[in-house]
Amino acid sequence: MKLRPVAGIVLRQVYLLRGSPVRVFPMVTWVAIDIVLWGFITRYLNSVSGSGVNFVPTLLGGVLLWDFCTRIMQGVSTAFLEDVWSRNFLNLFASPLSISEYITGLVITSMMTSFIGLLVMLALATGVFHLQFFSLGAPLAAFLMVLFVFGITLGILASAIVLRLGPASEWLLWPLPALLSPFAAVFYPLSVLPQWMQWVAHALPPAYVFEGMRSLLRGHAFPTLLLAQGAAIAVAELLVAAYCYARVYRHAVRSGLLARYSAEGAA
Amino acid sequence: MVKLRKTYGAMIAVDDLSFTVMPGEILGLLGPNGAGKTTTINMILGVLEPTAGSVQIAEINLAKHRAQALARTNFAAVYAALPGNLTVAENLKFFGLLYDIAALRSRVDEMLDAFDLAHLRNTKCGLLSSGEQTRAALAKALLNKPQLLLLDEPTASLDPSAAQLIREKIKNLATQERCGILWTSHNMYEVEAVCHRVLFLSHGKALLEGDPRALPEAHGSATLEDLFIRVAREPLAERAPVDSHARTGALERGSTGRESP
Repeated sequence: MKLRPVAGIVLRQVYLLRGSPVRVFPMVTWVAIDIVLWGFITRYLNSVSGSGVNFVPTLLGGVLLWDFCTRIMQGVSTAFLEDVWSRNFLNLFASPLSISEYITGLVITSMMTSFIGLLVMLALATGVFHLQFFSLGAPLAAFLMVLFVFGITLGILASAIVLRLGPASEWLLWPLPALLSPFAAVFYPLSVLPQWMQWVAHALPPAYVFEGMRSLLRGHAFPTLLLAQGAAIAVAELLVAAYCYARVYRHAVRSGLLARYSAEGAA
Repeated sequence: MVKLRKTYGAMIAVDDLSFTVMPGEILGLLGPNGAGKTTTINMILGVLEPTAGSVQIAEINLAKHRAQALARTNFAAVYAALPGNLTVAENLKFFGLLYDIAALRSRVDEMLDAFDLAHLRNTKCGLLSSGEQTRAALAKALLNKPQLLLLDEPTASLDPSAAQLIREKIKNLATQERCGILWTSHNMYEVEAVCHRVLFLSHGKALLEGDPRALPEAHGSATLEDLFIRVAREPLAERAPVDSHARTGALERGSTGRESP
């Protein structure tokens, strides 16, 4: 893998952000709205529950982590869609750029854009709603890493869907995180889910992260096994997603889909 | 290109097509719509996998060494404009990195000057006129000093004056840089003015090959355009797959060197 083609993919996104600062707006707006909304909901719940339970870390912390995962996915798929929208596939894939260089460039782009969102969320959640985010300590880095890997996986899968089904299928991508969120057990323990939903949840790394986070907040020991399971599933699913993307790309080259993409993009 | 073939189910888009583009040669790939020109170009660019056959670019097999082969080629096509949301200079830097070009900054400046784009370097490509967009696409296509350049109707949207300037630039490129050029066009005047040799395709097959200035007379047509119309309208079954006399002549010229048209 060469570094300069990867840098080219990243540089393109930097140019787009620089040339059109309005692109930064959605990166920070939606996450800020989520934090403000859930911040006030947790405040309200704290005031009416009377149980002494602090909802801020469980609910607001959950929202923050889930939004981070979602932004990573959207970072990858949006960078990919930029090439769909600008009908750039032919120029890209007729160059010496390899698939691994392209995907690596999309992932780095996503890291860049989603960390902007993470900083905004942290500033609001800690500054306004007093979320002690870093009180989770070292496990926090592990939680973020698992969610990061899963976000990348979703982004690669989403890109593969668009590559396979055509530009119009981008509308299938946006609801994907919302579709998964009930299974990810962001706000409630897995045990409240019906059995079949728990089976699905066990295939989703975020469910392990949020279970682990709640366990830590209840004062239990660091859930090493839970986190290891989540990390192993996340890595396995990332490999499967990369394999799927490579297969879809190969199919697109064989079937002529890739060559026709520029024309379809205009439709 | 050796015995290139592309099929979609029972439909044959390109049928055992073989040809070579020599260094410094401009080969015109002609044929009616749907003849297989763009399919052929897509296979050479590696964005479409041939059903059979192989593509060698500067003696590098495209299927086995894709990145190395594509580093030695480039293309410009009217349907593959540069991203309109980047400026001309940004596009050239972006593609320069994809092609891993050394001393990129100076090469970009060189291309901007060569295609009279220096004053437009900070203009978004989407805001350029058709002629300017074509020049920007050509600047991108020459960034890596390709040994094989594919041009799919490069002057299709240009006025006659702009088209003539582009043709001169490309002819100079073939002469001075010894770049092999595969050129598709529906403008037979342009083909006669630019191409050393032409290859007529119909239904994915090579039907005629030879000097565009000699072919019409050899086949009883007044002009290349008349010959094109005949080739495009005659049923395939009435013609031999390739005019062997014309092809032999072209091969002889290829081996003995050729003059610019």
